[in-house]
Amino acid sequence: MGVFDPVIELGRGLAETLRSFLFEPTVTYQYPEEKRPVRPRFRGRHVLKRYDDGLEKCIGCSLCAAACPADAIFVESSENTDEKRFSPGQRYASTYEINMLRCIYCGFCEDACPTEAIVLGDNYELSFTDRKQAIYTKDFLLEPVQTAEMLTPRKVDAGVYTRSVPDMKDPSD
Amino acid sequence: MTKQVTLSINGINVTAPDGTNVVDAAKMAGIDIPVFCHHPKLAPVGMCRMCLVEVGRPVIDRATGQVVMENGQPKIQFMPKLETACTNTVSEGMVVLTTTDKADAGQKSTVEFLLTSHPLDCPICDKGGECPLQNLTMAHGPGKSRFIYDEKLRLDKLVPLGELIWLDRERCIQCARCIRFQDEVVGESVLGFDERGRSTQIVSLSDPGFDSVFSGNTTDICPVGALTTTDFRFAARPWELQAQASVCTQCPVGCNTTINTRREVKAGGDIVVKRIMPRQNEEVNEIWLCDKGRFAYHYVESKKRLTKPLIRKDDKLTRASWDAATKFAAENFSKAKKDFVVLASGRLANEDLFNLKSLADHAGGTAIMYSDMGGGDVTALVGVGQGTNIGKMGSGDAILVVASDMYQEAPIWWLRVKQAADRGATLIVANPRSTKMDRFAKHIIRYAYGDEIKTVNDLSKKGKIADEFAKAKNAIIFYGNEGLGLNGSTGLASACATLLKETEHIGKPNNGLIGVWGRANDQGAWEVGFRPEPDLEQALKGKAVYIVGADPVGDSPALAKALKGAKFVAVQDILETATTEIADVVFAAQAFTEREGTYTSGERRVQRFYAAVPVKGDTKPDFVITSILGRQMGVILEGSSVSVVFDILANSLDAFTDLSYEKLAEVHDQWPIVGRGDMYYGGTTYENMKGLGVQLAPTAQTGATVRIPKVRKEAALRPKEKELLAVPVNKLYDRGVTVNPAQLLHQRIGEATVTLHPTAAKKLGVVEGALVKISFDGVSSEGVVKLDDTISTSVALVPRSMGIAIREPVAASVVQLGKVK
Repeated sequence: MGVFDPVIELGRGLAETLRSFLFEPTVTYQYPEEKRPVRPRFRGRHVLKRYDDGLEKCIGCSLCAAACPADAIFVESSENTDEKRFSPGQRYASTYEINMLRCIYCGFCEDACPTEAIVLGDNYELSFTDRKQAIYTKDFLLEPVQTAEMLTPRKVDAGVYTRSVPDMKDPSD
Repeated sequence: MTKQVTLSINGINVTAPDGTNVVDAAKMAGIDIPVFCHHPKLAPVGMCRMCLVEVGRPVIDRATGQVVMENGQPKIQFMPKLETACTNTVSEGMVVLTTTDKADAGQKSTVEFLLTSHPLDCPICDKGGECPLQNLTMAHGPGKSRFIYDEKLRLDKLVPLGELIWLDRERCIQCARCIRFQDEVVGESVLGFDERGRSTQIVSLSDPGFDSVFSGNTTDICPVGALTTTDFRFAARPWELQAQASVCTQCPVGCNTTINTRREVKAGGDIVVKRIMPRQNEEVNEIWLCDKGRFAYHYVESKKRLTKPLIRKDDKLTRASWDAATKFAAENFSKAKKDFVVLASGRLANEDLFNLKSLADHAGGTAIMYSDMGGGDVTALVGVGQGTNIGKMGSGDAILVVASDMYQEAPIWWLRVKQAADRGATLIVANPRSTKMDRFAKHIIRYAYGDEIKTVNDLSKKGKIADEFAKAKNAIIFYGNEGLGLNGSTGLASACATLLKETEHIGKPNNGLIGVWGRANDQGAWEVGFRPEPDLEQALKGKAVYIVGADPVGDSPALAKALKGAKFVAVQDILETATTEIADVVFAAQAFTEREGTYTSGERRVQRFYAAVPVKGDTKPDFVITSILGRQMGVILEGSSVSVVFDILANSLDAFTDLSYEKLAEVHDQWPIVGRGDMYYGGTTYENMKGLGVQLAPTAQTGATVRIPKVRKEAALRPKEKELLAVPVNKLYDRGVTVNPAQLLHQRIGEATVTLHPTAAKKLGVVEGALVKISFDGVSSEGVVKLDDTISTSVALVPRSMGIAIREPVAASVVQLGKVK
């Protein structure tokens, strides 16, 4: 091995660096200013969805809680009235809590949901400073509304919502 | 014994009694045949067609009458089509195949057909998770339907059958279990089918709707979520519930129950009772529970619960430490010496009462039982023998019910006595007015209020009814305190016992005397030595009184006056009552849901209950409080473990000898098999895994001589002119502290009533529904007039625990107050 060999090797390495700097696209994201878009099947923080008219999709059936392998979800249900309607069916979740310290983002809750109310979204920026904060409540998880008319609970005309569970045209959607 | 028949089900040889249907025979052998309409406690109807199986029978040669043999085996001829297993009874050599392709296809089609209009409500349905239709669809369903989804019927989802039970018409599969339960088991046909074909629906035929105290049971046996209770509606999913064995505290039957609990946000994050379910005990409540037992539990979570000990300071009850509160009470009780009185009721467990009695004995005081009914010492002598099971009584047996409206006082006993009468037992009902028991009675004896003892004495003379009673194989007498006070019922108990002794109906199973007590553990209070006091006012006046589990101030103005004149009053209870308001010290006790203990039922069966929910606030079990108080007074009482208290109790009381918590927790197999995950068969009733209890042997059964206390003669009460004889009667849903907090029962509790004969009402110038003032013993109360033409014209029936302070028959005046409501 010659004396100059290390210098040559160094030069080769630097040449590779120079090549990738000049000719390859940048892969680094300037997080948090810049965010990388998540994959379509990414499983982030849960969102409780609404119908187009703003009524909640969740019917408080607790199947997500039953499916949850980490026992992270707690649901308590109550009955809807036309005076105070949260969801189109007979029953809604009066309490919906997810303990984010327990959640393992497996997505079983999403699979178990009969009304596609709970969806794992694309938000992965979760931080809390104490355990209590890690329990996400319904107000927090529920999808925000665009207009005030879409807010729940709301008063509706009698006789419009008579089904136990809203009809789903094609449950495979 | 019935003939035993051997048949083969799925290749397994099964032996079952002749007359058993194939579903039950298979169940005995551990083979499940799916059913919806069939229920082991109901007669088979074959309505749902779910139990389709292949049935083959041996071919019999018509000429010889012999079974045709083929290759050394009997030749089996299978029916060309499937048969329903529930309507076919077993026969010798029968071959049943339940899992063949043919049977499977039949069951699959039935499920598919039942689901034509069944909604996809499972996610929100209260039955979801413990639903036979859901389970059997998973096990036997086709997975896909050939029916068009859009052609599903859309029916009413929220039909109230009564205020306690809701019907969802879409979910109903018309199995008629609810109708048949009401018709066959209860004998109150308050439900029925309306319309036909696809329009068939369940309707309530009564006013008010679903007018039966057994309505909750229909939700247990409903194989779908069509019938649900108002109480449990959307309250929790079944799989989220914790289950703990308990015993009902509402009446002396002692029904075995299971308490379902869950943590709840609405209750501030506490673990709370979500529902009470029956637990199987074929010798007590079978698989049933009355609505009072099912729905009245809300008092344990009442806002009026006492959560900490209180001491009166400057005329106000203020929070105190246990040490200070017990010390204060102990000082006063020790000072009182002979004037120390313990007043306790049968709401308490055996262990509590035992400690209380020991305290009273050692401190030189007296122990008084808070009760209007006597004769518990007599039931200990000649009570029903060990091994009694009313469910086994039938033809050749006799049951006498005297001075008791059992439908109102002990519904499950009423149900079981009714069924015994159905099986052929001679039911004799002796009561001054018509009750719901009359319909099933062979003999009805009507007497005037006050003639109870004479009526029973007459039964020991010659006569048709008397002979039938005397000649019965087994005989039980139920006696109550309708129209009677303490003295009257004490006398009645002796009279009944004498009759039983003379007719030799004592000391054997299914023979003896049962008291229809006012509280769950009244019999237990008698067993540990508590005795009621005829003149309670005098016994309390000027004394230092320790009141436990009773509300004398709320019940009676006379007792309130007596207690205001007491030297010192310490009250120990779970709820704030009128009595705690006048107390000097209040001890906060734990409810039966929060602790362990035992109760002694009216049939003298000692049964354990277990802690189901965490302790509320700074409360302690009654026996612990008594023990702490005892220590402060220099009396050492066990207060660390409830089972040790029971062991001491068992050592000191003859009747309880050899009993222990382990023995009370023993179970054995019961028929029908329920609650083992096969909810389609027996319903959602829980299996008994925590103890069937042990029945105490009465003195008569131990061989000792029986000396029945003599009946004290008393002059009959004669009301003056313009006065009526007010007599106490019992009501199931009353305003007692353990019923009233249940909001959903308020419609049934109703108002205080004064029941009069129409002639008497006319004479007084009052009409039905009018508000009247009823006055006796210098106290006036209000009530609404009800008319009943089966009662005497000289009496007014006044319900107990409804705000009118009646404890015994009394002369009263009735004056109309206002207009008809």
